[in-house]
Amino acid sequence: MTKKLKLSLYRFDPAKDKRPYMSDYEIPYSSSGNMMVIDAIRTAQELDSTITFRRSCAQGVCGSDGVNMNGQNGLACITPVSKVVTANRLEVRPLPGLPVIKDLIVDMKPFYDQYEKIKPFLDNDEEIKTGHERLQSPEDREKLDGLYECILCACCSTSCPSFWWNPEKFVGPAALLQAYRFIADTRDKQKRMRLKKLNDAFSVYRCHGIMNCTSVCPKGLNPSKAINEIKKELRKTG
Amino acid sequence: MKLGNIEFSEQQFDVVIIGGGGSGLRASLEISKSGLNVGVVSKVFPTRSHTVAAQGGITCAIASADPNDDWRWHMFDTVKGSDYIGDQDAIEYMCSEGPETVFELEHMGLPFSRFENGRIYQRPFGGQSKEYGEGGQAARTCAAADRTGHALLHTLYQANLKAGTNFLNEWFAVDIVKNDSGLVSGVSCFDMETGEISIIKCNAIVLATGGAGQVYEQNTTSLICTGDGLGMVLRKDLPLQDMEMWQFHPTGLYGNGSLMTEGCRGEGGYLINSEGKRFMPDYAPKAKDLASRDVVSRCIVQEILAGRGCGAKKDHVLLKIDHLGSEAITKKLPEIREISMTFANVDPIENPIPVVPTCHYMMGGIPTNINGQVITQDDNGNDSVVNGLYSIGEAANVSVHGANRLGGNSLLDLVVFGRAAGKHINEELSEQSSPDISNTNIEESLQTLIRIQETEKGESVFSLRSEMQNVMQNYFGVYRNEDLMREGINKLEEITERTKNIHLNDKSHQFNSERVEVLEYLNLLDIANATAYSALERKESRGAHAREDFPDRDDENWLCHSLFFKNKNIVSKRAVNLKPKTVETFKPKPRVY
Repeated sequence: MTKKLKLSLYRFDPAKDKRPYMSDYEIPYSSSGNMMVIDAIRTAQELDSTITFRRSCAQGVCGSDGVNMNGQNGLACITPVSKVVTANRLEVRPLPGLPVIKDLIVDMKPFYDQYEKIKPFLDNDEEIKTGHERLQSPEDREKLDGLYECILCACCSTSCPSFWWNPEKFVGPAALLQAYRFIADTRDKQKRMRLKKLNDAFSVYRCHGIMNCTSVCPKGLNPSKAINEIKKELRKTG
Repeated sequence: MKLGNIEFSEQQFDVVIIGGGGSGLRASLEISKSGLNVGVVSKVFPTRSHTVAAQGGITCAIASADPNDDWRWHMFDTVKGSDYIGDQDAIEYMCSEGPETVFELEHMGLPFSRFENGRIYQRPFGGQSKEYGEGGQAARTCAAADRTGHALLHTLYQANLKAGTNFLNEWFAVDIVKNDSGLVSGVSCFDMETGEISIIKCNAIVLATGGAGQVYEQNTTSLICTGDGLGMVLRKDLPLQDMEMWQFHPTGLYGNGSLMTEGCRGEGGYLINSEGKRFMPDYAPKAKDLASRDVVSRCIVQEILAGRGCGAKKDHVLLKIDHLGSEAITKKLPEIREISMTFANVDPIENPIPVVPTCHYMMGGIPTNINGQVITQDDNGNDSVVNGLYSIGEAANVSVHGANRLGGNSLLDLVVFGRAAGKHINEELSEQSSPDISNTNIEESLQTLIRIQETEKGESVFSLRSEMQNVMQNYFGVYRNEDLMREGINKLEEITERTKNIHLNDKSHQFNSERVEVLEYLNLLDIANATAYSALERKESRGAHAREDFPDRDDENWLCHSLFFKNKNIVSKRAVNLKPKTVETFKPKPRVY
């Protein structure tokens, strides 16, 4: 049955709006279909071309369209409207905790800064013969499963109160997941240095294990578990 | 600085790379390491580029699954897959350089899946053989589960962070600036966040802008795949090559278009029709479901036309993988399962996935040599290099894919030629001075931007774009014929005419997504026209270009590239390279799988 979805979008244009406001759009919607939130926003865009949000792959692998839908962070392109709608109403807001630039677009810089801070690249100075890959057993490779798949959508970090309070000092779940991805990689030679850099009162220990990150991750990853693994390693190294 | 009503800033790099996907990031890495000052202009944060969506893997003879594997066998498969209009010098280069580039990726940290012996995991893909087609199916596609593109793109971005590459993220490149001496000397672009317009002066430009799958209504590609670099090239009166060649992937998810990797069939999955029958063995007795993509797509369309399609509308077929077992599916094809469950409500562990041929890849593009240097044709039909202008990846046509790309060869193309272009630029660009650009040059490169900023009324981009996509879908799809295409061209002409009256409603500066969509649409429309005229001109069937009125391959007249020039919609011919350097020529043969 086709009905009208009441899509309420967060609007803010820094050039003319003093404060943000919510704007409502009526979108044709069949609850039996498989309409994703991105489809609803794109339909609204055709009604009002000034609506702005980030999008690219539209299938949940590029991580562009993290937004807050009726209170829950997720990717607009793989979240069915039916899963988040209540009483035919859907409110879409920018990811919380990051400065809003315009409409649904937030300033991702604080998030990317934390990612860069953990040195997200393999560090291994050992000379390798050209013409060969490094060997890695399937068991060692399996240690990276659940870590390397992160798409940097920021749904987790922006659902974390500790990140809201200390975005400069607390590394946040996404970047910590990546920190552990390199700590866990048997090919990396900087484990000790990586842990040392995280060993202060804020970087890791501002995580209080409330697990918002894990419950919102659109890829089903578990940053909370990775953070615990880092804490375990930190205790071991003292 | 100010020019008329337009304010702009100026910046300078030695090299500007437009596009932050796999090829752009591989080139920037090579150039950054040499010490040249390189800037990557990307309309999205680099890890949002379409490379991230590649699933199955990167095909390369690293001799892991089979210690006797040989890059020459890979070359043979690729030449045959291209239906013989892939350039053999370029294919030779890609297949022989491939192993080293793949090992480099592993050294950078790419988390490849592994065999028990610790080497990189390789899976079978379509069109692969041992011993020049005589030794049976090969397993040559190196994989990181079914997320190889994601793993590759993130690894390259990370390596660039390490190398200190300059990124201009969420900047949109509008046009190439040429100076009065005709030299490529800069790029006009704007910062999407602020709307600030900037002219970036440089001594070399690399167009790594990816494909343009958005010209078709049904496609597997990202919304950002709008062929921006191809539009820039056409506006500079340079040609595009083989634009009639579009790959329709046999297994796009029905109703949504998401890609279901060929790896599904590589791992043992197969296609069935409404009678539950596995039909590919009837068409390709040897390779079956792992025949080349153009072949499998046509077979699916044949099944549907014969009334054996599935579902209420009998308009798709099914991809069965449940017999592989839940462990294999969750380990080797986890992303496929996720996408299928999200968009089709089908758990492939239990039920077959509904699929249909869907536009997936642009074989055509900007013609280049194996250094990535852009090529044009002079009045006498001879090749000439456009100094300072490079193109790589899906945007380019080097040409390793010819009339049909083999699965897993795209990621290889990105890194091999990204690296090659980087090396060439490092050698060529050691002593260069800052280019002179006049105000007229700048004004010219900002024309489109100024024009759309000043519109007062007219048609919206949304309706024009969807009409164009619809025409391409219905008139230039898997099967083509003259009458159909002429009708399609008439419709495109009408849309092109109406586009002169396109209106930009939103005139704001910060994150104006409508402005970006208008500029992207203008590029797409040029590409649609290039495809239409090239397809009409090629009077034969070859690879992905299947004509009902010319069902056979015509080597006498068409063993060549087509070149499209925007000026007057002219299509000319260009010779295919049949002279590899270290092996004998692979002579055209009937293509049987």
